[in-house]
Amino acid sequence: MKTLIMTFILGWSMAAVMAQEVEMALVKGGEYSPLYGVEKENKVSVSSFYMDKRPVTHAEFLRFVEEHPQWRKSKVKRLFADERYLDLWDGDLSFPEELAESPVNNISWFAAKAYCECQGKRLPYVDEWEYAAMADEHRKDARRDSLYNVKVLRGYEVPKTYRKKVAQTPENYWGIQDLHGLVWEWTKDFNSIILTGESRNNGNTDQGMFCASGALGANDLMNYAAFMRYAMRSSLKAKFSVTNLGFRCVTDLKVADNAH
Amino acid sequence: MVMENLKEYLFKGYLYLFILLITGAFSCEQKQRETAQKVKSADYYANIKVMGEMKAELTAPPHVPPPVGNRPAKKLYMEMEILEEEAEMADGVSYVYWTFGGSVPGSFIRTRVGDVVEFKIKNHPDNKLPHNIDLHAVTGQGGGAEASFVAPGQEKVFSFKVINPGLYVYHCATAPVGMHVANGMYGLILVEPEGGLPPVDREFYVMQGDFYTEGKFGQEGLQAFDMQKAVNENPDYVVFNGSVNGLSGENALAAKAGENIRIFFGNGGPNLASSFHVIGEIFDKVYVEGGNFVNENVQTTLVPAGGSAILEFVADVPSNLVLVDHSIFRAFNKGALGILTVSGEENHNIFRGEIMEGIYRPEGSVIQKMPKDGLELEAPKEMTKEDRVAAGKKLYMQACFACHQANGEGVPNAFPPLADADYLDNVDQAIDAVIHGLSGEITVNGKKYNNIMPAQQLSNEEAANVLTYVYNSWENNGTLVTPEMINKRRR
Repeated sequence: MKTLIMTFILGWSMAAVMAQEVEMALVKGGEYSPLYGVEKENKVSVSSFYMDKRPVTHAEFLRFVEEHPQWRKSKVKRLFADERYLDLWDGDLSFPEELAESPVNNISWFAAKAYCECQGKRLPYVDEWEYAAMADEHRKDARRDSLYNVKVLRGYEVPKTYRKKVAQTPENYWGIQDLHGLVWEWTKDFNSIILTGESRNNGNTDQGMFCASGALGANDLMNYAAFMRYAMRSSLKAKFSVTNLGFRCVTDLKVADNAH
Repeated sequence: MVMENLKEYLFKGYLYLFILLITGAFSCEQKQRETAQKVKSADYYANIKVMGEMKAELTAPPHVPPPVGNRPAKKLYMEMEILEEEAEMADGVSYVYWTFGGSVPGSFIRTRVGDVVEFKIKNHPDNKLPHNIDLHAVTGQGGGAEASFVAPGQEKVFSFKVINPGLYVYHCATAPVGMHVANGMYGLILVEPEGGLPPVDREFYVMQGDFYTEGKFGQEGLQAFDMQKAVNENPDYVVFNGSVNGLSGENALAAKAGENIRIFFGNGGPNLASSFHVIGEIFDKVYVEGGNFVNENVQTTLVPAGGSAILEFVADVPSNLVLVDHSIFRAFNKGALGILTVSGEENHNIFRGEIMEGIYRPEGSVIQKMPKDGLELEAPKEMTKEDRVAAGKKLYMQACFACHQANGEGVPNAFPPLADADYLDNVDQAIDAVIHGLSGEITVNGKKYNNIMPAQQLSNEEAANVLTYVYNSWENNGTLVTPEMINKRRR
């Protein structure tokens, strides 16, 4: 009951604060070489977009389920979210208060997608996410810096980071926080690169990403952090609700401009 | 009378011949049968009928499940949980291991050839990563890797029939594979032949692995995985059963003198091959590479990464047998050392211990002239400043320029400049940065930097040279840094 009241109060105050939209940052488009998916010489071009500065938090998601009962823990269709959906919540509209400012987790792709759409946004594509996430505090693309890679990798190795609060670390080049270090994040096309579960048979039609095949298909063999992200994405199905997986939204430049 | 005797002899002779012939024929037949059993193909085992079903018992090292004995091939159900958890690597050192079943190596799986295994793999919801399992005993896509690929908080079931007897490694095969294996994701699966392996008194499960940590061997605290060291195949730890103390102290193996001992030994790697040896014993039998071929009287057996061997010996006398990787620096400096305590009665026919102690005088019992103190080493040639600058420049271009740039200007906001840098006014401070590394906020020429510089693995001579180069370039103050100055700052 105490939690419930607390959550209620928190939710109320949060609602007031968040009445204005979650802050977004402009990511200027450009070209980059992703870890997977294209030949090394080819680059992928990414158009400019706005991205949420932080992952969606439990408090923010609470307001969403308040307005959209079909996404509450007890109401959600099993087709759209498995049994672990909002696993840390102790009710349809309450969760342990210390999680309010932590990234919402145990969220299915369907739920994340619906959340973004209700805000007039969408989930980022893998390329957009990776493009924004290759920046460090000072550079658009810090991937050549081994220290940057090590830092990201370290973050992935620390257990239970989903309990950390958002916005506690410096913004990256674009003004975005927490792309690394808290939770994995859903992407709209998370399953577009299929790690077949056998990462050593690249060159076959089913471009596997396990073991050797994973290595053969990759453009940057030292980017272990990226390997882990791609492996993680390919292990998912859209209804999965995973403890270490959250999300954030993006909008296209035009939509965002019209809105302003 | 004589004739009769002769007849009798003849008769007996024929009888013996007859018996000989019969036994001869029998033993021949037996041998043929044995060979026939040995050459039974995987094809044959693939078609063995399964009689009944049972839940398989999996065990954490150093234990193994009970032998299969005479049981027929069955359907075997087994479950394995994947856990990512912190545990002790050495005294005061911990590491986040990724494990099959909560131990390194993972749970031991024991099957009989022809068994059909239904394998459930469970990835704990708190885990950060997807995992899978590639069992070398499995014939099929990726050894089951594809079928078992499982996201955190999910479980999967797949099935296979074991058709080749032997001792096999299993491991995780999810990208980045090297890292999954380096973090401890390997174990052994035994496929026993029909009728089982010959019975012994004791069986143990031991597996070697190499680990790559950010800190050096023994450096205290939670140690992160060091990708670069792994790629360079330069481990800080080479250990048995997951940690430096994995097979010693309270984890030491124990047996009694006279017992027949079998060790199921595997090497998870990820990189190093093992020269496995037991100090104070000779292997009576080695199932080479875990297969059918048996070698006898072996001192050291080579076990490749991702390979195995079955070792058998009788612990003849009481002693502490020491298990080592006979690539011996690994044993004494990286942890590849385990103890098998054999208790029981002394056997002086085999080993008598110390019988006499005396002084050895090769030249006879006269007073010897003492050699001069120490060795007369030639003093190293003193290097001039110019020599040091030249040698230091080469080092700089290997180790430093990527961040500090060839012109010493650094990278704005990321890596501080060395050119005309006030940080260098304090020579000790500069030396410390090179030999101990530097992290956290510093101010150079009025600008703040917050980054990490790793400690450079340089000798005193090398560190002196590279610093002398820096001090004599880009309008710095021309200090000559000597190896003695470096040595003073070593901790």
